Amino acid sequence: MTDQFEPTIIGFTCNWCSYRAADLAGTARMKYAPNVRLIRMMCSGRLDPTFVLRALSSGADGVMITGCHPGECHYIEQNYKALRRFLLLRRVLKGLGIEPERVKLVWASAAEGTRFASETTTFVEEIRKLGPLNWGKADDGALTTDHVESSIIDRPSSEMEVPA
Amino acid sequence: MNDKRRSPMDKKQERVGVYVCHCGSNIAGTVDVVDVAKWAEEKLQHQGVVISREYKFMCSSLGQELIEKDIKELGLTRVVVAACSPHLHEKTFRTAAQKGGLNPYLCELASIREQVSWVHTDKAVATEKAKAVVAGAVSRVIENVPLEEIKVPINPNTLVVGGGIAGIQAALEIANAGFHVYLVEREPSIGGHMAQFDKTFPTLDCSACILTPRMVEAGTHPNITLLTWSDVVNVSGYVGNFHVTIKKKARFVVEELCTGCGICQEKCPKKVIDEVYEAGLGYRKAVYTPFAQAVPNFPVMDKENCTYFIRGTCKACEKFCPTGAIDFKQEDQLLNIDVGNIILATGYDLFDARRVSSYGYGRLPNVFTSLEFERLSNAAGPTSGNIVLRDGKTTPKSVGIIHCVGSRDKNFNNYCSVICCMQGLKFAHLVHERTGATVYNFYIDMRTAYKAYDEFYQRVLEEGTLFVRGKVAEVTNAARYDREKGKLIIQVEDTLAGKQRRIPVDMVILSSGLQPRSDAKEVGKMFGISCSTDGWFTEKHPKLDPVATMTEGVYIVGCAQGPKDIPSSVAQGAAASARVLDKILQEEVALEPIKATVDQEACSGCRICNSMCPFNAIAFLEDRMVTEINPALCQGCGTCVAACPAGAISGTGFSDAQIIAQIDGLLLRTLEPVEA
Repeated sequence: MTDQFEPTIIGFTCNWCSYRAADLAGTARMKYAPNVRLIRMMCSGRLDPTFVLRALSSGADGVMITGCHPGECHYIEQNYKALRRFLLLRRVLKGLGIEPERVKLVWASAAEGTRFASETTTFVEEIRKLGPLNWGKADDGALTTDHVESSIIDRPSSEMEVPA
Repeated sequence: MNDKRRSPMDKKQERVGVYVCHCGSNIAGTVDVVDVAKWAEEKLQHQGVVISREYKFMCSSLGQELIEKDIKELGLTRVVVAACSPHLHEKTFRTAAQKGGLNPYLCELASIREQVSWVHTDKAVATEKAKAVVAGAVSRVIENVPLEEIKVPINPNTLVVGGGIAGIQAALEIANAGFHVYLVEREPSIGGHMAQFDKTFPTLDCSACILTPRMVEAGTHPNITLLTWSDVVNVSGYVGNFHVTIKKKARFVVEELCTGCGICQEKCPKKVIDEVYEAGLGYRKAVYTPFAQAVPNFPVMDKENCTYFIRGTCKACEKFCPTGAIDFKQEDQLLNIDVGNIILATGYDLFDARRVSSYGYGRLPNVFTSLEFERLSNAAGPTSGNIVLRDGKTTPKSVGIIHCVGSRDKNFNNYCSVICCMQGLKFAHLVHERTGATVYNFYIDMRTAYKAYDEFYQRVLEEGTLFVRGKVAEVTNAARYDREKGKLIIQVEDTLAGKQRRIPVDMVILSSGLQPRSDAKEVGKMFGISCSTDGWFTEKHPKLDPVATMTEGVYIVGCAQGPKDIPSSVAQGAAASARVLDKILQEEVALEPIKATVDQEACSGCRICNSMCPFNAIAFLEDRMVTEINPALCQGCGTCVAACPAGAISGTGFSDAQIIAQIDGLLLRTLEPVEA
């Protein structure tokens, strides 16, 4: 192993699509980066955003959220709820001084083992570029209440809208 | 967030067994399983791991006995099996745990094959990841709670929606087994598309000859209530207990009095172009049965076109009806029925060939769709089976059949419509046999899989039909040469000869593809099932469960699930009925206990969760200002659990505590002993 930074990533998967895509990637012996550790849920709609915060605060450098493609949710439309929460969560992360890019949403159907594998590898590389998640920075005063407030107030209102 | 984790004291009492599977060399080839097992016993001891073993094949009976024995002898209270995907062997190991005397839901699988050994190459890295996955499963399993399957009784009646061949087959199978079926069809007669066809490939059986006996059987079966000219308008409830509202549209003909003599149709002075059954090539009356063998054979009155409804006079049908069955005052009726299972056999729409404007359908008169050709060649059709041009008399001397119209085309539908190659070959045979015309087939790839299909292709080849491999660019009437005058010219790149060709013909038949019903999305929503990106209903598993859906008790058969031929539609109809009979005979159904429940003490009545549920499982109790979840309606997706700001909703099987514990385990936060 080289000295390069190996990120640890938690991946949330949907029982019906992305978890099966991961299974398919396995059955087809596709190789992808070993940095992602998966958690199975019944639906991406189950994803409480606090799980993501918990993962990041417990040592994960990135979180990958995966679900069924829009319109293909096994529970009809719950992946749209995951999408909304994801978009809101990215704003919260920004406010906390964490790069929103550390959390990624990927749609992968049960047939898309290739996509699951390639998206995983891509995401690992993206996180590798960002480097370790350093919570210490916030304690150094880089992030204060004033900072968070001004970052919200300064932004145009259009940026605050959550796409439907 | 609802972090109701069990107290450390409780957890301390758990005794966890970890079993790491070699899976021959499938896992052991990339993961050091001995090291993983040893590591788990040492490093996870404080979490309650009392035994950690590795074994060649955990799923073998010896491997399973190992678990059973340890549960009994070591008093294990939790089991983790690090092996393959839970989709493969979760049930196996849960059953083993149950045999050992443990609640099956206290056993967890850690997938170290599909997610580790098969996808990684570096043994050291893979072993480290396997350890993390095991640690995640161990901390999760401690938070697992015993669960019991939920049992609900089954209403033995079944609803079949759609009276094409797939729906008829499903209805007959269930009815013959002695259970009642409601067969709902929105057209005036059952029969579906198959009733419009002339011949069926590859045997060239007369379609009506093989279909009508089935239709009559369905129409007269004592166990089948036939509801034609009817729509399902509302569905509520859940497996075993669906409540369905059906709108029976006014026929203006009293079914109890009508004898089906047909005098009303004969006397009706109003002729209307029949866009549905005759594909626009023939006429029907304003009061009509779509075809002579219609089941039921009671006519319906087309209110839009009936002279009485338009002008207030006529009533010729009423005057001549010998039994007084005409009733102009009849109104739509709403029927409420209760059923235990639902089979959707709603079929397909034909791809609208007008969309491929370069092929000229609708603009060039002698371009026909496949359905139009079926009616042309049908002895009971508008031309009595004479294959003629749009003028109604000229027999074509040359005919071009274009395959893949609207299918395998990025501009329209990416998928293959399955039936069009064989349909094109059937047309080629019929044209050749009846007119002696020169026939050209223009195809991209010839797809003749399934029994006796390729033999039929060989037969058509031997008959002298010409095949040009290439996607047709254009059909035009703009002649460049004398030999093209008055003809339709097919411009195509012959990819086998490697050159552009212009082939003049008298008639063009477009072998149009199939597409989902235009209302498939709304219908899917009503029955609580989803559609794929192409718009077909989504099956529970594409290979192993093709007729069931994600909604328990709702099945999909025939082309509603995807394009398919008649034998496959019939097979699916029968398959779904077997599934339904299985449910009926069990008298009750066991549901996976993955459900959301509301702690009503903690519920603040904010109603945020109320709008989250697409299955209508969440009800707000106005009197007590709290929310309640109907466990039989809940499908267990967990969206409401994640949404509840008070943390009052918990999801069994995937609770906050379980997921958080797994996060901590996967990140190896659980390695340091927890201070009590």
